[in-house]
Amino acid sequence: MPVITYREALNQALREEMQRDPTVFLLGEDIGVFEGSYKVTAGLYREFGEKRVRDTPIAEEVIVGMGIGAAMVGLRPVVEIMTINFILLAMDQIVNHAAKLRYMFGGKLVCPLTIRTPSGAGRQLTAQHSQNLEHLFASIPGLKVVAPATPADAKGLLKAAIRDDCPVLFIEGLRLYNVRGEVPEGDYTVPIGQATIAREGRDVSIIAYSRMTLVALDAARHLAERGIEAEVVDLRSLRPLDAETVLTSVKKTGRAVIVEEGWPTYGVTAEIAARIAEGAFDYLDAPVVRIGSVEVPMPYAPNLEEAVLPHAEDIVRTVEDLVHRRR
Amino acid sequence: MQYESFGEGGVLSSPPHLPTAEAPPLLSRYPREELLRMYRLMLLIREFEEKAAEMYTRAKIGGYLHLNVGEEAAVVGMVTALPPQDYLITAYRDHGYALARGTDPGVVMAELFGKVTGCARGRGGSMHLFDETRRFLGGWAIVGGHLPLAVGIGLAIDYRGGNEVVLCQFGEGATDIGAFHESLNIAKLWRLPIVFACTNNFYAMGMPVTKASAVPEIYKKACAYNMYAERVDGMDVLASREATERAIERARTQREPSLIEYVCYRYRGHSMADPGRAYRTEEEVQQWRARDPIVRFERQLEEAGLLSSAEKAAIAREVTETVNRAVEFAEQSPFPDLSELTKYVYAED
Repeated sequence: MPVITYREALNQALREEMQRDPTVFLLGEDIGVFEGSYKVTAGLYREFGEKRVRDTPIAEEVIVGMGIGAAMVGLRPVVEIMTINFILLAMDQIVNHAAKLRYMFGGKLVCPLTIRTPSGAGRQLTAQHSQNLEHLFASIPGLKVVAPATPADAKGLLKAAIRDDCPVLFIEGLRLYNVRGEVPEGDYTVPIGQATIAREGRDVSIIAYSRMTLVALDAARHLAERGIEAEVVDLRSLRPLDAETVLTSVKKTGRAVIVEEGWPTYGVTAEIAARIAEGAFDYLDAPVVRIGSVEVPMPYAPNLEEAVLPHAEDIVRTVEDLVHRRR
Repeated sequence: MQYESFGEGGVLSSPPHLPTAEAPPLLSRYPREELLRMYRLMLLIREFEEKAAEMYTRAKIGGYLHLNVGEEAAVVGMVTALPPQDYLITAYRDHGYALARGTDPGVVMAELFGKVTGCARGRGGSMHLFDETRRFLGGWAIVGGHLPLAVGIGLAIDYRGGNEVVLCQFGEGATDIGAFHESLNIAKLWRLPIVFACTNNFYAMGMPVTKASAVPEIYKKACAYNMYAERVDGMDVLASREATERAIERARTQREPSLIEYVCYRYRGHSMADPGRAYRTEEEVQQWRARDPIVRFERQLEEAGLLSSAEKAAIAREVTETVNRAVEFAEQSPFPDLSELTKYVYAED
């Protein structure tokens, strides 16, 4: 299998879907001539022209709203929001319009819209550019939210999102764009709503998504050196949530550590912990533990920023405490 | 500069509360059957809305109920100007728009009753009427929120190389929100086939336009986007229709969006929960009622010999029967089945 970056995988998915389906087009700030703030749309403006790769003014509400309107009448827009921090300007369009329209109008139309946006910390990007806000959308019925960790899942899930008839928020890990990985050849999709076991293990389940899956895998390698076999569950989709795969893993290992890059309070880890409490309580050998960012707006100083974010060592330490608690 | 064209059409120089422009001699533009169809639609809306108010007080209708009473000329003028292949999208005061577009009054009333036979299967209610077969893409209830959707529909038309037009209705309260400005900017920038149709009834809930807008003459706001704009007497159905027709034509053939301001008035409060007295005087309401769009149009038709008293009576009778049948249909229809509570959240459901 070819090895490419997460960024290249996304670019391939966009190119292939645009070649496959003439109703697919891109909308966003500086995605054309500039080739995207993170170069995900590199080369597409040259290949498809300005009709299908539309540069927009800085106006998130109308950018997303246009995507919804075009989707309501049969196109498949892929909107890029430069970073998830700016999506708050389009919150009304996503939550009050895209998520509601099908139900509100009695099932008489669909909204095949994909919104791509990078989430999470970069490097010293500070408070207004370093957030994980996907949990806000993952709690909204009518939306789908996916957050792939690997190039292979990024490509397959983006294709699935574009082909889906529902509004899909596609979360890209900001620090994942340069990560390399094997990607299957040819056309494939990864189903929305299915978690995957990124690493098998018997002692503890580490449940994560997006970049934290890679951090969890790193932690699992360190733990293996110390004789602890961790299973890593990569959620891949936040809504619909594949609770079944999580519960099956936790029932097997009896321990759960849940990791997210964002703030844990009311976050994705809170939801997963609740699902485990509801569905696997009798199987637990230890309390469920959550790991996330320190709850402050992201500071600028590099040492402070790294202190905010969760790292593999945090997971290793937490798992060791948890496992030894009963040994 | 484009805004020099503000002088065209029915621009009113008097203070906004008292538009006085006389209706241009427009009767001769339309065949008699079309004039009578418009007259009938105005009556239908008036009577449907008064009946809806009654049904609300009898607790047959719940939630919010915003009525078009008083606005019939603007509604009918606007919607009858729009050919069937074009798209209509509106705010939440939407009953009249659906009726004028041709949606069965029974299906609209059933939606107000929350019945499964309603146009949104009882999921939407008063504010979220919908009729995909007539390209009425919904009543939307976040002020200004559907303007970006209209731009997207316009973009889709442009993308496909079609020649349809989008007519997007909203109230003057929506023109103070960011989405209005973002939408007008893109529509003009990309030359999208959109008519921004603003019904200025002077009050956003209880907020007078003069206290909410630095520029209370709404049509002037288009100058920031170098967009064609016009203010028409929204109490005059023919003036409303004619201005809308020109805006539609401009959008279709020249790819020029417009902002049309229909100066009109709602006789009732903002919704059934608002008696409509706290922020305006009874005298003001009476002044507007004296210019009632239905009475005015009726007189025009009669004076021109286009409406006999026998016809008038027949139309009134037929409209009353239609509204009564709508209520009967709504009454007799079932509520949605509980087993379908979670259906339609996702496309696969």
